[in-house]
Amino acid sequence: MSGPSTYVPKSAIGRWFESRLPVMGLVHSSFVAYPTPKNLNYWWTFGAILSFMLGAQIVTGVVLAMHYTPNTGLAFDSVEQIMRDVNWGWLLRYLHSNGASMFFLAVYVHIARGMYYGSYKAPREVLWLLGVVIFLLMMATAFMGYVLPWGQMSFWGATVITNLFSAIPLVGDTITTWLWGGYSVDNPTLNRFFSLHYLLPFMIAGVVVLHVWALHVVGQNNPAGVEIKDVEKDSVPFTPYATLKDSVGISAFLILYCWFVFFVPNYLGDPDNYINANPLQTPAHIVPEWYFLPFYAILRAIPSKLGGVIFMFGAIVMLVLLPWLDTSRVRSAVYRPVYKVLFWCFIACVIGLGYLGSQPPEGGAVLAARILTAFYFIYFLVLLPLLGLFETPRPVPASIADSVLEGGAAEPGRA
Amino acid sequence: MATQTAEPTRRDMLYIATGAAAAVATGAAVWPFIAQMNPDASTLALSSTELDIGAIPEGQIVTVKWRGKPVFVRHRTKKEIDEAEQVPLAQLPDPATDQSRVKKPEWLVVIGVCTHLGCIPLGHQGPYDGWFCPCHGSVYDTSGRIRQGPAPRNLDVPDYAFLTDTKIKIG
Ligand code: HEM
Ligand code: FES
Repeated sequence: MSGPSTYVPKSAIGRWFESRLPVMGLVHSSFVAYPTPKNLNYWWTFGAILSFMLGAQIVTGVVLAMHYTPNTGLAFDSVEQIMRDVNWGWLLRYLHSNGASMFFLAVYVHIARGMYYGSYKAPREVLWLLGVVIFLLMMATAFMGYVLPWGQMSFWGATVITNLFSAIPLVGDTITTWLWGGYSVDNPTLNRFFSLHYLLPFMIAGVVVLHVWALHVVGQNNPAGVEIKDVEKDSVPFTPYATLKDSVGISAFLILYCWFVFFVPNYLGDPDNYINANPLQTPAHIVPEWYFLPFYAILRAIPSKLGGVIFMFGAIVMLVLLPWLDTSRVRSAVYRPVYKVLFWCFIACVIGLGYLGSQPPEGGAVLAARILTAFYFIYFLVLLPLLGLFETPRPVPASIADSVLEGGAAEPGRA
Repeated sequence: MATQTAEPTRRDMLYIATGAAAAVATGAAVWPFIAQMNPDASTLALSSTELDIGAIPEGQIVTVKWRGKPVFVRHRTKKEIDEAEQVPLAQLPDPATDQSRVKKPEWLVVIGVCTHLGCIPLGHQGPYDGWFCPCHGSVYDTSGRIRQGPAPRNLDVPDYAFLTDTKIKIG
């Protein structure tokens, strides 16, 4: 999919270097000459926003690690010291903790974009699967990071989540003991979580490279869901067009991020985490961070330990299978009238699950969570496979240029 | 056997033997990196706790820490003992008689970790007046047996012994 690389180093040194390591040519063909569909909307800037957020988390994280102490006796105080004594420590910590939330907000939008426009369909399955791998690594990283301040929610969140593995028949208890390095969440657990929390973001960065590589092999999807046929008519070069549009997207996103950091830095957090961990007292109401709530609601909706764990991980397996569950030949929801409605029902279902995950598991909330959990799985396993067979799609434009010349009329619900 | 098939040669044999040796060596080299995560010697050594139970009045639950986990020592009342002994086993998700879970009926000693996902249940709460786990709503009776909710098993009974009438050793 790479366009003709027109890169010729201008200086003699540049030519000398390029003939020995053609890295500038690689950058040029990937981020300058690379043809992007000319009809991309702002939902396509979230990839760049995610890359920015990964960088932000790594930079703030590395400097926080210069002041943090991973020991159960000292961790909580070292975080308070960062907040009160370390120069600009409060800013670094708030950037990092709110940054995780922003990262997840962006990844959810990015995944929903892929689902709406059918970006997971052939030939983009591997690209999509690498995205799911990134998502899993992000969840593992965020979970372990949240344990580090060693507050009450850190400790009890870690206890509940590591205990999920004890549901595995036969070897469950052996695995949890191995994960903990003891008989409960304790100092060895905190130490290894710190080590892994430092490591995983760099693994994410590695998978992002593969993800972008796969993207540049198959090319970007776009709101019309048709491939680039004529590079001249259907696409524009990455630089300046995508570079600048991405910059606008990142700037807008930064406004939201800064609003959280400077005005409501603790809004997304749990006040119980400002209490030092106490292994002998569970807080009255344990909730994970907001970005895990839909999965937590699914876990609690199933009235069996092993069943709850299976369904919770199953919710992510659905994303893995999605490219093969959706049988429609049309990619974009713009041309799929029924799918479009169902997609929004699905988004409402996930938001509903998120809300229920934050409520105590009593009465109506349990029933509602069961209904929404059922819908979540029916959507993937029944509705999507059948819809492709029964839905009559609207006519798809012959090319990206055609869809643009129709003046967007072909896309009334420009989502 | 097809007539074309040649006898295995020395070279084939060496090839397989080398491959097998390399696989074993890789496994042996990886093992320490996995096993280092298991509990270390100092964690394994912290294995017993003694407790004077003479001062615990009837009806009260005392929590002690053992291997980093809470252990509930409950001085049960007559009513609590009767309730625990009289439940038909058929009503229990994880059937066990009360006698099998105690050494002396007045004293119930259980690990205070919910067998669902590890929260600490609250004593004297829930419909059976045993324990109630606030995390996902598991209910235990006065013998620490699971009665309702997602937890699969009864509260575990640790190894313990009565050293004297008023002193127990856990672990
Ligand atoms: C750290 C997390 C991630 C980063 C940094 C990242 C980065 C990117 C970038 C830079 C692009 C190209 C720009 C764009 O089209 O938006 C992209 C495209 C894409 N990403 Fe991600 N991504 C991440 C996570 C995910 C996840 C979790 C999924 C799905 C489960 C995913 C699925 C896709 C797909 C399908 C495309 C192609 C989109 C298209 O062209 O329509 N990505 N990603
Ligand atoms: S941990 Fe006790 S009910 Fe889930």
